[in-house]
This record gives sequence, C-alpha cells and structure tokens, in this order.
Amino acid sequence: MTTGPASRHISRDEGLIFEKSAPGKRGMELPPLDVPPVDPAATLGSAFVRDSIEGFPEVSEIEVIRHFTRLSSWNYAIDLGMYPLGSCTMKYNPRVNEFVARFEGLASEHPQQPSEISQGCLRILYDLQQCLLAITGMDAATLQPAAGAQGELTGLLLIRACLERQGNARKKVLIPDSAHGTNPASVVIAGYEVQNIKSNERGQIDTDRLREFVTDDVAALMVTNPSTLGVFEERIAEIAQILHERGAFLYMDGANMNALAGVTRPGDFGVDVMHLNLHKTFSTPHGGGGPGAGPVLVKQNLEPFLPLPVVIRKENGQYALDHNRPQSIGRVRAYCGNFGVLLRALAYTLAYGPGIRQATEDAVLNANYIRKHLEGFFDLPYSLPSMHEVVFSDARQRSQGVHTMDIAKRLIDYGFHPYTTAFPLIVPGAMMIEPTESESKEECDLFIGAMRSIAAEVESNPELVKTAPQSTRVGRLDEVAAARKPVLRWRPSS
Amino acid sequence: MYPNDFRYTKDHEWVKADGSVGTIGITDYAQAELGDVVFVELPKVGTQLKAGQSFGTVESVKAVSEIFSPATGEVTETNAALADAPEKINKDPHGAGWIVKVRLADPKELSGLMDAAAYQAYIAEKSKEHSA
Amino acid sequence: MRYLPKSPSERQEMLDAIGARSVEDLFQSIPHQFRLRDPLPLPGPLSEAEIIQYFQARAAENARGYASCLGAGVYQHLRSVVADALVQRGEFLTSYTPYQAEFAQGTLTAIFEFQTLMSQLTGQEVANASMYDGSTALTEAVLMAERLTGRHRVLVARSVHPEYRQVLATYAKNLGIQVEEIGFTESGQLDRSALKAERLADAAAIVVQSPNFFGVLEELPALADAAHAGGSLLITTIAEGVSLGIVRPPAAADIVAMDGQAFGIAPSYGGPYVGVIATHEKFVRQMPGRLAGQTTDAAGRRGFVLTLATREQHIRREKATSNICTNEALYALAATIHLCLLGKEGLRELALQNLAKARFAQTELEKIPGVRRVFSGPTFNEFTLEFPRSVKLINAALLREKIVGPLALGTQYPELTKRGLVCVTETAPRTEIERFAAAVRRILETPL
Repeated sequence: MTTGPASRHISRDEGLIFEKSAPGKRGMELPPLDVPPVDPAATLGSAFVRDSIEGFPEVSEIEVIRHFTRLSSWNYAIDLGMYPLGSCTMKYNPRVNEFVARFEGLASEHPQQPSEISQGCLRILYDLQQCLLAITGMDAATLQPAAGAQGELTGLLLIRACLERQGNARKKVLIPDSAHGTNPASVVIAGYEVQNIKSNERGQIDTDRLREFVTDDVAALMVTNPSTLGVFEERIAEIAQILHERGAFLYMDGANMNALAGVTRPGDFGVDVMHLNLHKTFSTPHGGGGPGAGPVLVKQNLEPFLPLPVVIRKENGQYALDHNRPQSIGRVRAYCGNFGVLLRALAYTLAYGPGIRQATEDAVLNANYIRKHLEGFFDLPYSLPSMHEVVFSDARQRSQGVHTMDIAKRLIDYGFHPYTTAFPLIVPGAMMIEPTESESKEECDLFIGAMRSIAAEVESNPELVKTAPQSTRVGRLDEVAAARKPVLRWRPSS
Repeated sequence: MYPNDFRYTKDHEWVKADGSVGTIGITDYAQAELGDVVFVELPKVGTQLKAGQSFGTVESVKAVSEIFSPATGEVTETNAALADAPEKINKDPHGAGWIVKVRLADPKELSGLMDAAAYQAYIAEKSKEHSA
Repeated sequence: MRYLPKSPSERQEMLDAIGARSVEDLFQSIPHQFRLRDPLPLPGPLSEAEIIQYFQARAAENARGYASCLGAGVYQHLRSVVADALVQRGEFLTSYTPYQAEFAQGTLTAIFEFQTLMSQLTGQEVANASMYDGSTALTEAVLMAERLTGRHRVLVARSVHPEYRQVLATYAKNLGIQVEEIGFTESGQLDRSALKAERLADAAAIVVQSPNFFGVLEELPALADAAHAGGSLLITTIAEGVSLGIVRPPAAADIVAMDGQAFGIAPSYGGPYVGVIATHEKFVRQMPGRLAGQTTDAAGRRGFVLTLATREQHIRREKATSNICTNEALYALAATIHLCLLGKEGLRELALQNLAKARFAQTELEKIPGVRRVFSGPTFNEFTLEFPRSVKLINAALLREKIVGPLALGTQYPELTKRGLVCVTETAPRTEIERFAAAVRRILETPL
C-alpha cells in the first residue's frame, strides 16, 4: 500500500530539558561585572532573597540546540506542506518579514521612549493603518488588540460606548450558530448577553426572520463573512439595513478576509466595525499558537471611542500617539499593540501592493478546485458557491463507523495536517478545508489524491482509518487521562 | 437496563426516591453520548435546588453538559468519590455513579416524570433521529 | 508574484477543471455592486530588496545608538543568538496551535517545559501556556479571582503599572467589577494601614506588583495574610521577570500574573511579549488560557496534549473562562530557550549583575547635589530619584546627548513631580553609567 507525499522517517527520541540537567553546566555566559558586586542579603534584606531555584535546568549550549532542534523535527509546519485548516488561513510566512522585524532600530525600541526618536515605528503603524483602511473600506483604526478575540471585545466595547452615549447601551448581541467560539465568549466579557440565532436551511443568516430578532434590546449582530461555511452572505446589505433601522450595529468577524481582500470591501456592504486577524489573512506566523494581532476598523461614528493612544500624523508630517481622547473606551492592552506582528503585516502588504487581489483569487480558485474534485467522495451539506473554504461532512463514511476525526488523523499518514474537524457546529461531522493561495496545483492535487484514497480506505479497510495515524512518533494520545488527572509540569522526583 | 423504581427527565437525569430522600444521577444514555467523563462540578451541600434548574456540570474531554435537577429539594450529600474517579459515571451511571442526594420538598413531584418504559421509548425515538 | 505558486497555464487548467470561464465566475456570490472594478490604492508591490530598504529607512528614524535608562515595564536584557536561531526554524515558526497532538509534539513538549519553568520561577504549582502580556494577564487574574470568590470588588495598589491598571479599568467597568485604589507609603510599598477589615470583607483580591512600578519590592507574605484574613485572594504581577533570579518568589500569592518579556524578548516598541498566569493547582479549572498536559499513547509512550479544554471558548463559548484563543506561543518558546541557556546559575548571576549595576548607578547619581532616592523600600534594578528640577527638562537636554533619560513620574502620579524612574540592567557598561551621571550633573549645573 503506497501513501502519497509521505513516508516514514527517523526522528530522535528526546526527554525533557530538565531530564538532561546536571549541576555545573551552563548554556550562556555573561560578560564580567565591571562595577562592584553586591551581597543580595545586605542589599535587599534576607527576607527578600530566594533560595536556589529547585529543578531549574543546567545544560550546555549544544544540548539546548539539540533539544529544541529535535523537538522541532516532531512538528508539522507550513514550510513543510499544506495546512487545510478552515478559517485559519495557513498561508506562507514570508521570511523577509522575519528579517526586517529584527533590525536594530526596530526590535530595540522601547515603547515609552519619546516620539521624537520613534518616528520610524510610528510611521510603520500609520502606514499599516492606511493600508488596512484601504483594504476594508473603513474610516478609522486601532492596532492595539493583541489577537482576534481581543479585537472582537474591543469592537463590542466601541459599540457599547456609542450606544451609551445615546443613552442606552442595550442588552443583547445576536450571534449565528455557525460562529467561532470566541464570538460569544467576547460578548459576555463586554457585558452583553448572547442570543444565538439559528442559520437557515442554506447555512446563512435567516434574513427573513432577522427583523423579528432585532429588537430595541439588541446592540449588534456579529457576522462572519464569508461565513464559517465559506459562503458569502448574499443579503448582507439587507442585514445591515435591518440593523441600522433599529439603531443596532453590524460587527464583522474578519477571520475570512482572505476571500475578500482586493475584491470587495466590508465598509461598502454595511459593516460598522470589524476586526482582522493579521496572523491569518496577513501572513504573520502562527508560531505554534501566537502571537497574533487583531486590529479593529470602524466607521466614522465609532472613531471617537477608539482605544487610546491613537496613531496620528500631524500637519507638520510628524507622527505621534494621541492620548487626548476624552471619549475613548480606554486601553485594551499596555503600549500600542503587538508591534512586531504589525510590522510583519505591513511588510506582507507592501510585497503585494494593489496586486493583493491575485492572492484572493488564487485562494478561492484553490478551494473551488478541491471542492470540485472531492464532491463525489464526501457529502457536501450546503451546495452554495464556496469562496476560500469548503465544508464537507462525514455523512457518507459514518455508516462504516468512520468519523471526521478519523479521516483527519489518516490524512496525517499522507503527510498533510488535518483540516478543521467538528466545526462549524451546524454541520454534524464537519470537515472544513481552506487551502489558501500558498498551495500550488501540485500540492492541491496531492491533497485531493490523499482524500480520495482515504475515502476508498473507508470502504475497503475502515480499521486503518479508525486507528490512524500509523506513522507518527506517538499514536493517538489518551486525552481522557490527561483531563482526569492533569499533569501540567515536570517535577524533580518524576 | 433502566431501573423501574427510577424516574427520568427529558434531559437524561434520573431520580430515585427513598421516602423523602432523592438520589440523582445521569442515565446510561447520557453517559454514552458524553463519552469518558473527566470531571464533575458538584453543588455545595445545603444548596436549594428547583426542578428543571441546572445545578452542576459533567465534562468529557470535548464537551460540557449541564445537569438539571429532576426535583425540588435541598442537597444533603454529594458523591465525593467522583472527584478521584469520575469514570464511575460511565461504568455505573445508575449506581456508584450517583451525583447528589437531596431532601425532597415534595416526593409527589416525581410522578410528573417519565417511568422506565416511557424513558426507553423516548430514547429509542432519539436514536432514530440521530441516525437519520 | 513570488508568494503565489501558480503559472498562468495552471490557473487556466484549474478553471477548466472547475468549469468556470474566468476567475470572476467564482465571485458571483458577491453582489455585483460591491465588487471592486479597480485595484486598491495600496503602496507597492515591492521586491524583497525594496521591503528591506523601507524598513531600514524606518529603523534609521528611531533611537538607534541611544543609551537609555528606561524600564517601566519593559526591560533591556542580553539576548542569545541561539534562541533566535531556534525560534526561526520553520517547524516552530510556521506551525499551528497543537490541536492535532500527534503532529505537534515539538510545540507541546516546549509548552510543558515553559509551564514548568514559570511554576519553578514563581513558586506556584501550575502555570499556563501564555496570555497576551502582563497587562491582560493581570486583568484575567482579577476575573479569575471574581469567579473564585464570588466577590466583585478588587483593591489595586497605585504602584501597579499605570497602563496595566488602565487595561483592568477598561474590562472591569463592563463587568460590574469595582476597582478601588490603595496608595503607597514612603517606603514605596502598599499602604497596609488602608487594608482595613471592612474594605477586605467583600473584596475578591488585593492586587500588587513586585517589583512595583517604582522598582520597589512588596512584602508579599504579609499582604497574603491580610488578604486571606478577609477572605480575599492576593494577586501579584511581575513585569521584570529577571528579578526572580534572586528575589524570593511570590509563592504566598494566590495568582501570579506576569509578563515574561524580560526573558530574552526584544522590547520591539511594545510587543509582542508573553503573559503568564501561575496559580495553585486547586484553582486550575478557573484558569484562562491553554494548558499542555502529560499523557501516554496506547503503546505507553509519553506525549503531551492540550488539556482541560472545556474551560476554553471553543467548547464553553459564552461560559468560557476567557475569550482567549491565539496567545503568544512563539514568545513563550523564546523565553523557554533563553531560560534554559541561562540556567539556574546563569539566571542568578544575571540578577546579581542587575542588582550591582543598579546600586552603582544609584550611588553615582545620589552624589549629584539635589538628587535623592525617593522610596526607602528595597529595589531590584529600578529605582526612583528626586531631582531638583523638572525631569522633562532634564530629559530634553539628555536627548541632545543621545541619552533617553528617566521616566518622568509626574504625569501618572501628580504628587510625584520632579521624580524620575531609572532602570539599569546588565547591558549598561560602567562607562555609560558614568557618562549618564556626568551628563545629569552637568545639566543640573547649567542654569535654566
């Protein structure tokens, strides 16, 4: 039996760094002290002096290099191949972005230093703002939120501030049942109640019934567009109108902006406030779980409430941080944001320029190509046109006792990272696939081949799929034991 | 499978009355749906429960289910064994996997719940819906 | 375009396979009136060389070549090139959140090591896989204390970083959490006389920072006792993590919410950094953020998985402990590598160097007429000085000599005008400290 782009490979075993530790080993030496040494007990008082840190590692530089290099060899990564994770937009992380982020004069700058000697940093922030405003068709921006979830919270707080100013903050935010989990979680932290609204039989916002849901108690509707099914909300302008008629806001979760950049602008179709995920659409690296950045873009009526400080350009051409914002909601994070991430996103945008549209077109082309070639093999619960992602379900495979998670695990044996399993919630057994524009036709064909092969295995040898992955250094791990008796750190005796 | 002296709710809780003491747990159907139980959030002794009100949660690795009280009453005892061995709910959901005991405010309240036969018919319908 | 791996003929082949005449066909679901006709007015496209030029030009417009005595929550420390080489490996840099554990044991093992190091450093039982930064970690710690105690008031020391307090205020006001401030004494530490029984009775927590914004260490065991006597929790935040190399860890606190920026992470004009929450094991189910846990596979091999996920937004949704999803994983990895390189003895030596450098600087500066130490409490590598004239004026003159002077405290603390915050780390050569002191002396000798 041949698998596709993957075969077995040797990877070294490796314990924890603590298990290689021995007294007297050092990995980093310091230049000698050129001032008189001090006795900590005399300087601080003995009550403030700590004992030696028990169990802290003592290893050499070469052991550190080997340890983490071996660890890295156990990971999958975009640099190795496709991550078809829906709504994650796992695209290429350009290396020049890493290079420029590390420049002396950028990486070294202190956030509290005077703005006269920070003009380069401030200009980077301002230039990025201008680019994001052009791409989204919005009027004003904040770059402060540290991730998409924080962006959602910030956007909701802006809505609240605007409504409070009008005399009534209102009570509820409408959330479609296809929404990402951060949406309802953010609503609660903003002090609102979640009202879940059921998608219609097409998996879209039930616009016909929306009017009855948008009462005077409703502050906003949070929509992801395209939806988490990868489908554009065709009646989005009508949805915006219904909300605006009642004085409510349309919030757009910009996680799926990779289907829209350069082709359409949310500001044009009625969005009042939205966030972007720079670690998705704008190529900043995921790094195993972060950092990210979640800038928020708004229409003019929400501008006065933006978090402070706001990055401005004065008439004399100087850039500055404006703290004089009496209606601001305050800060959502110390300093002005994840500058290193923002810088990388600007580098990405500059690389494309107006040609950003081509990336969007290629992303949508790849998704549709994959959809076309897998339609006969997996159930397609919603047949509306896909944009940058497509959602299948495991309905056909269930009769063999095989579920989306099993198929996902078997994909690993073919050298691919799994797609997103079990989300969105409105599709039982969901298989959510987003290739992004970074995938060549060859890689798409290999993925299609792998998925078709797995579909055949489900018929002929379902056990193979149910016990996958077969070829990784560890098999399926016991998550039940990990949750029942959590072991969350190494201890010396273990 | 489903004891005849228990009464059952639509949310898959069971209650067994011994005079004015009610023992409450979740059914075999519920534990099978949930998967391996990893944690149970229990109410404090003395908590006043109302029929239909949520009083705790049962967690698997990937899901959290609220437990709704089948009856009105005061919590007199919670199953401490579940802290170290939540899997009792999977292994013996109608016995050692009991969750709380309450002093029933009104034992007659339970007659409004399903008996074993009605519950078995109810879950048979549900199973049909799922595989549809 | 170099990031797009398709030739025009391949695009055509794919369109043909789909049955679309042109790529326009694939965007039919966007209402016609919203489809852009013209390309967006964006700068670019730039080649790699031009991108480098753009950012080199920006770097030249900042403070390259300046000496600085700024700390105030962000600390200049030596960074090893080894850590940077490792975090740039594509397998770390370009990998996703480790939801599919079999394919991500590298990331998960490193997270487990990070959690361990943070627990060891803080003297707490468990630590999470990271929060955004210190300011949001502190805010989440307050929300955690509210959940644990059922109380809705917190007492926050004014000596906590002003921007951290501002972030807390932004979140607290929408959640009905009352934030009350407690002042500081002439030692620079929390005014314990203000912790009366009535005030603590319905407080979820006392919140302090140590070393605090003024650089002064708080007496955490005494504060913990006071908090616990009132049924509250003690939350402490740490911005200068290197202090933990020599200073007694905050084991007495119930929740530690720190920023790991000091562990080899570049200042980078404000971020990214790495927040951490560390706490007692009994509180773990109320802790926000991801957690990596140890387990085994069917063959008994040790492995790591994300665990206790039912706390998190993707399962618990509106009832989650937090909305956090993406955190600061790569920077947690960088901090982990940095701390492994330093090791037990290296971190201690680093902390002692900081202590020594700061003492030396303080001594030199206090020789200047009119310059005095402000607070009597013990300090690590940061201290507050009083100057005979406005710190802003002194700093304007220092800037002309390419020195970034002390942070003027008067803006954030109106009663502390003419006081400045000075931070000196192992990165300041003795000659630079002497040059700084000489410059201040000279500036103060010059009449206004």
